[in-house]
Amino acid sequence: MLEVRELKKSFDGFQAVGGVSFSVPQGSISAIIGPNGAGKTTLFNLITGHLSPDAGSVTFKNREITGIAPHDLCRLGMGRSFQRTNIFPRLTVFQNIQAAFLCHRGRGWNLLAPVDRFYREDTQALLDSVGLLDKAGEVAGFLSHGNQKQLELGITLALEPEILLLDEPTAGMSAQETRESIHLIERIARERGLTLLFTEHDMEVVFAIAHRITVLHQGEVIADGTPEEVRAHAEVRRVYLGERR
Amino acid sequence: MPLSALLLVPDLSFVFAQSVSGLTAAMFLFLIASGLSLIFGVLRVLNFAHGTFYMLGAYGAYQFVQWTGAGGGRFWLAALAAALGVAVLGGIVERFLFQRLYGKEELYQLLFTYALVLVLGDAAKIIWGTQQKSLSRPPGLTGALSLFGATIPYYNLFVILLGPAIALGFWLALQRTRAGRFIRAAALDRETLGALGVNVRALYTGVFVLASFLGGLGGALITPMRAIVPGMDTEVIVEAFVVVVIGGLGSFWGTFLGALIYGQVLSFGILFFPRFSIFSIFALMAAVLIIRPWGLLGRPLK
Amino acid sequence: MISGRLWALVILASAFFVPAAGSRYYTFLANDVVIWALFATSLNLLVGFTGLVSFGHAAYFGIGAYTTGILMKTAGVPFLLAFPAAGLVAGLFALVFGFFCVRLTRIYFAMLTLAFAQIVWAICFKWNEVTGGEQGMPEIPYPSFDGVERMAAWLPFLGGYKTSEYFYFLTLVLVAACLWLLSRIVGSPFGRMLTTIRENPERAEFIGVNVRRYELAAFVVAGAFAGLAGGLFGIFNRGVFPDFAYWTKSSEVLIMTLLGGMGTFIGPSLGALVLIWLNQQIVSYTQYWPLVLGLILIVLLFVFPGGIAGAVESAARRLRRSNQVA
Repeated sequence: MLEVRELKKSFDGFQAVGGVSFSVPQGSISAIIGPNGAGKTTLFNLITGHLSPDAGSVTFKNREITGIAPHDLCRLGMGRSFQRTNIFPRLTVFQNIQAAFLCHRGRGWNLLAPVDRFYREDTQALLDSVGLLDKAGEVAGFLSHGNQKQLELGITLALEPEILLLDEPTAGMSAQETRESIHLIERIARERGLTLLFTEHDMEVVFAIAHRITVLHQGEVIADGTPEEVRAHAEVRRVYLGERR
Repeated sequence: MPLSALLLVPDLSFVFAQSVSGLTAAMFLFLIASGLSLIFGVLRVLNFAHGTFYMLGAYGAYQFVQWTGAGGGRFWLAALAAALGVAVLGGIVERFLFQRLYGKEELYQLLFTYALVLVLGDAAKIIWGTQQKSLSRPPGLTGALSLFGATIPYYNLFVILLGPAIALGFWLALQRTRAGRFIRAAALDRETLGALGVNVRALYTGVFVLASFLGGLGGALITPMRAIVPGMDTEVIVEAFVVVVIGGLGSFWGTFLGALIYGQVLSFGILFFPRFSIFSIFALMAAVLIIRPWGLLGRPLK
Repeated sequence: MISGRLWALVILASAFFVPAAGSRYYTFLANDVVIWALFATSLNLLVGFTGLVSFGHAAYFGIGAYTTGILMKTAGVPFLLAFPAAGLVAGLFALVFGFFCVRLTRIYFAMLTLAFAQIVWAICFKWNEVTGGEQGMPEIPYPSFDGVERMAAWLPFLGGYKTSEYFYFLTLVLVAACLWLLSRIVGSPFGRMLTTIRENPERAEFIGVNVRRYELAAFVVAGAFAGLAGGLFGIFNRGVFPDFAYWTKSSEVLIMTLLGGMGTFIGPSLGALVLIWLNQQIVSYTQYWPLVLGLILIVLLFVFPGGIAGAVESAARRLRRSNQVA
């Protein structure tokens, strides 16, 4: 479903991503792992159009999407969450999700109708599925970190994506929150038949749910395969020695 | 060349005189705008009140001369005293008021500097009234030089030489001294600088004080050439904005270059296209922002 | 809680009685407030709702004023056409200027809006043949109210007013209509998209919002309504002058918006009311109005950044919470 070919990106002479290639099969759960500074977030930014690559291409559903602007990309079925929680802080939880529906379903240019009556049921249904229905009226900026991550997931789901790109979805969470969060993500991916690509630090999480793992180190792929293959991979063990949880 | 073509070309000495006047204006603007650029480079704030500090420098020099009488080296003393006074004022404002707005929205910081324009501008009116004031040129620099058929006052020459002198001195200070290195570092990455244990707060105050000194000095030194009137603050701040935008917000040599360009465009604009001279300045500013927003010598903001 | 709409109607209705209840002076003040309320609300669409700080909004105010002024005085065009023309021409300029402005961020955006406004000012200042240059265009004619006078034969309450009072009623009706339209826009899905841009432009991009296009649209709408306000002001002021577009005018309306509260719809109108009233009061005692304004601004920035409306809202919230606890 998603194919990355020889992506390269340098910043001021520093090569953040140097010739990365991998593919994500439809319906799978794939993870990109690697130590800090390996280039995971840069890679994500390249895939989702926030950065333009110096070289290489990204193909999504057999369609070249390299360098397409983010706002066009999410119409094509790609959803993304961000490492630093990205929500609309002064809007309520309900309004956050509703905004995503409004834009995705093409109502964004309606200048006269009152906004409150749109997509009430759909928003509430989605809030329910991410477990935030009881907090619908709260201002998003005041939610706990974990709840904000749930909200962010909800916003992304409102875009009816076929593939979900999650950048460090459990960053900053306690062990309990991490378990709940991963459980939620996996359930949703299964229920909606989504393809999942995520980056992570937490190895437990990765080995628990990923079907395929790509290992990045200093901007290059050093391993790519099933969890068993990666766990046994010599160079991966070397890179992670001392960093394994 | 046919005689008719010669008749279309303005008198060469006139062109030279215009060029010199443009250069003089440029050096004053450089003095003022360098302070503005410094504040923007380090504090990331466009200080509307910088023009007001310039005006207060002018009034301050005038007041000093009123107290001590003109004559001898008093003018220079007055200029220095005025610039120092303005610097102290700037330091107080930054330390006790402006610092509280750090971390708040940029709009609030901008509007605060505008509030200063209102308050200090009227304070000047209360203290010195609305009538024009002026200072005569210091003894030793009265009189003029005849060059290429044009009459160049000595004072203008002094200013034209002073500009690059201060630029060079300033630049050397930035490159060679410890404080200068801190300032340059702060302009690039203030968080890291703070993490390294440098007292960033004190640095900010110092930068503000230095910038205000420059602005006040510019105002004090311009008094023999321009009348001191209310409204000179808003007039100069827009000019300083243009210079800093053209040269590059936060770039020191950019400000120098911007001032030179501005001075020449203005003086020749008035000469050849008098109706378009003001328009062309702002059109130039807009053009720079559209084509290369960070100016001729600036660097893109993070 | 009485609905906001009812309050608005009550205020509008009572505004009609100002000429009857008060002196000519109060009608003048009210007229001023109403026009500036529109101007400030149009700016707030950009600043408060989209998060775009413009330092050159007065450009569109000035363009609108000159459009109506030139059409009515020089070309004899009736008000019915000259007024919408103000909005149209201002909106067109906003489209052109805004196209370049929205490509920039933060301080560069602000500086470019300032540069364009100064360009407009410079043109108005120097183009003597069309704009009257430095002297401006004094004596813009009032719209003709003969039609209303004739109607007064059947509806007696319509008759017997001075021209300036008729113009005040006209302003009330037009501004009320414009504010109603703006409130619909702000409360629409489009308005919601603008707030997502304000809150988090990066995230907005990734829910499908073409941020530049929406910002340009907001710029044009704001500019158009500012132009309409300018068109009215030129007539009210009995003359159109270049300083309508000068940057200090932009800062006046910005302060008004801040004073009333950028986070709400009625904030700017409230700010207009308070600022103009305060100005009139202070100016009768001292010539140092800028000093007072500066001090008020400082207090606002340090103590009440949410403006009057913001302060009222947080006080109401605290009251509600203490009521709940008790």
